Amino acid sequence: MALRSPILVGYYTMVRKDVVRMLRIWGQTLLPPAVTMALYFAIFGTFIGSQVAAIDGYPYIQFIVPGLVMMAVITNSYMNTVFSFYFAKWQKTFHEILVSPMPSWAVVAGYVSGGVVRGFLTAIVVIAVSLFFTKLTVFSFAIIFGAAFLTSFLFSLLGLINAMYAKSFDAINIVPTFVLTPLTYLGGIFYSIDQLPEFFRIISLFNPILYMVNAFRYGFLGVSDVPLSLAFGVMGVMTVVAFGTVLYFFSKGSGMKQ
Amino acid sequence: MAENIPAVRIDGLKKTYAASNKQPPVEALKGVSLTITQGEFLALLGPNGAGKTTMIGIIAGLVNKTEGKVEVQGVDATANPDKAKSFIGVVPQEMNFDIFEKVFEIVVTQAGYYGISRTEAIPKAEQLLKDLGLWEKKDTQAQFLSGGMKRRLLIARALVHEPKILLLDEPTAGVDVELRRGMWDFLRKLSSEGTTIVLTTHYLEEAELLADRVAIINHGIIIEEGTVKELITKLNYVTLLLDTVEPVKDATLVLLREMNVKKIDQDTLELTLSPGQTVNEAIRKIAATGIQIANVRNAGSRLEEIFINLTKK
Repeated sequence: MALRSPILVGYYTMVRKDVVRMLRIWGQTLLPPAVTMALYFAIFGTFIGSQVAAIDGYPYIQFIVPGLVMMAVITNSYMNTVFSFYFAKWQKTFHEILVSPMPSWAVVAGYVSGGVVRGFLTAIVVIAVSLFFTKLTVFSFAIIFGAAFLTSFLFSLLGLINAMYAKSFDAINIVPTFVLTPLTYLGGIFYSIDQLPEFFRIISLFNPILYMVNAFRYGFLGVSDVPLSLAFGVMGVMTVVAFGTVLYFFSKGSGMKQ
Repeated sequence: MAENIPAVRIDGLKKTYAASNKQPPVEALKGVSLTITQGEFLALLGPNGAGKTTMIGIIAGLVNKTEGKVEVQGVDATANPDKAKSFIGVVPQEMNFDIFEKVFEIVVTQAGYYGISRTEAIPKAEQLLKDLGLWEKKDTQAQFLSGGMKRRLLIARALVHEPKILLLDEPTAGVDVELRRGMWDFLRKLSSEGTTIVLTTHYLEEAELLADRVAIINHGIIIEEGTVKELITKLNYVTLLLDTVEPVKDATLVLLREMNVKKIDQDTLELTLSPGQTVNEAIRKIAATGIQIANVRNAGSRLEEIFINLTKK
């Protein structure tokens, strides 16, 4: 079907370019999460997990798989936009878009869609790898899809904010290393927060990643440490705030134009 | 679009770059006003740091203005930037395409950003790459092109959406003479087809040969504008070299002290015409002193002289 709206054509062009790029360099985009997660599944799931008691009635490996898939989705959707946008800024190829008549919201949508596609492709790859280690049950496809979509959308937006203000390649690694990784590890991937002392359980409730991991896990296992509506509420509000922030700064050209 | 609407109208344009890295703020444009008519070929001349790239950047939407107004085809570039940008094609000074992308894909992708579907863009890209001698390289990654080819790729990319206005920021910098002349022919053809062209350049010959009008910018203000002929007349920088039959005595030269005549060597004089003075009249006065003139030559690049005189102030 031929696209008629010029804005839709521009948006499609951006997404196509990004998806072609991520598939062309699949060894750098899709293979690493497959290898890393295979190691997690083998070491934490199979070797150590076999010594750990079941959580919420599920074997340990089955409990951690959704969280690990979500960890890969978060990291990859974030890294996709932070890298593709920062690289475009650094190479000045972003000027190709900046001089064009594409409105800011369409440009943001183009970059974010690339991140969402990367998040979903990563999820599919990691889930496929997990099947070599355990069986998966599906409680609700809609919840799995919804949680993965909102999470990858949100982290693609956060990646854009990071790239907008990054002035060097070091700056695009600071947030993933010192913020994203600790929050992800402490976001209930490897344990239920009900197993924590009360103080740390309450602290954990301030970690937004906890809600994403639990919503996603609920889609597979039907169990969650937090109410599902609260989890989707947190993701929804954060996504709307991040989208508004990115749009505002994009329309002003912050970090892009002098 | 009515013929009488200017292609570009700039009014009181100012730009101050914020202080950074312990450097003070830089006032790059101090209130530039300029009107470029439909189909005009304007050359923007100025030394490094004069404000040329900033001006092009603001018109193209790459740089935020501090103050002033820019209209493109009658559209306010602040109120309706997306519409204004749709009329413009930009050839930047620096190579800013994805060096890992193939030549053909760069041009087709750019068309997409302007709302042209791949089906429509493919024949346009093919024609442009053929016109610019890049068709053989269509499947080559941009990083493997020569400097001249990269410049031509920038032009192809800027033209794929058939803009009414083409902004070129030093497009022939670092291009060899043969290629430069080829590019000039291409730009002349484009201009004759009605495209409005704004070109910044360091090559004064380029401005003199191509442009209908020249604007000279220095320290963020336009210090002179007009056709090359107008500038020469207005600024009185017609300079001629006169070869004399015999060596000129200093005593004879004293008789010409009211005229702008300098002795270059024993038998060569440099004559700069004063306002309103004709060549005939000047030569008659010189001949009246007994000096016999064997030959009259142009003193060199006229525009260059104007440029140097204006920008050294």
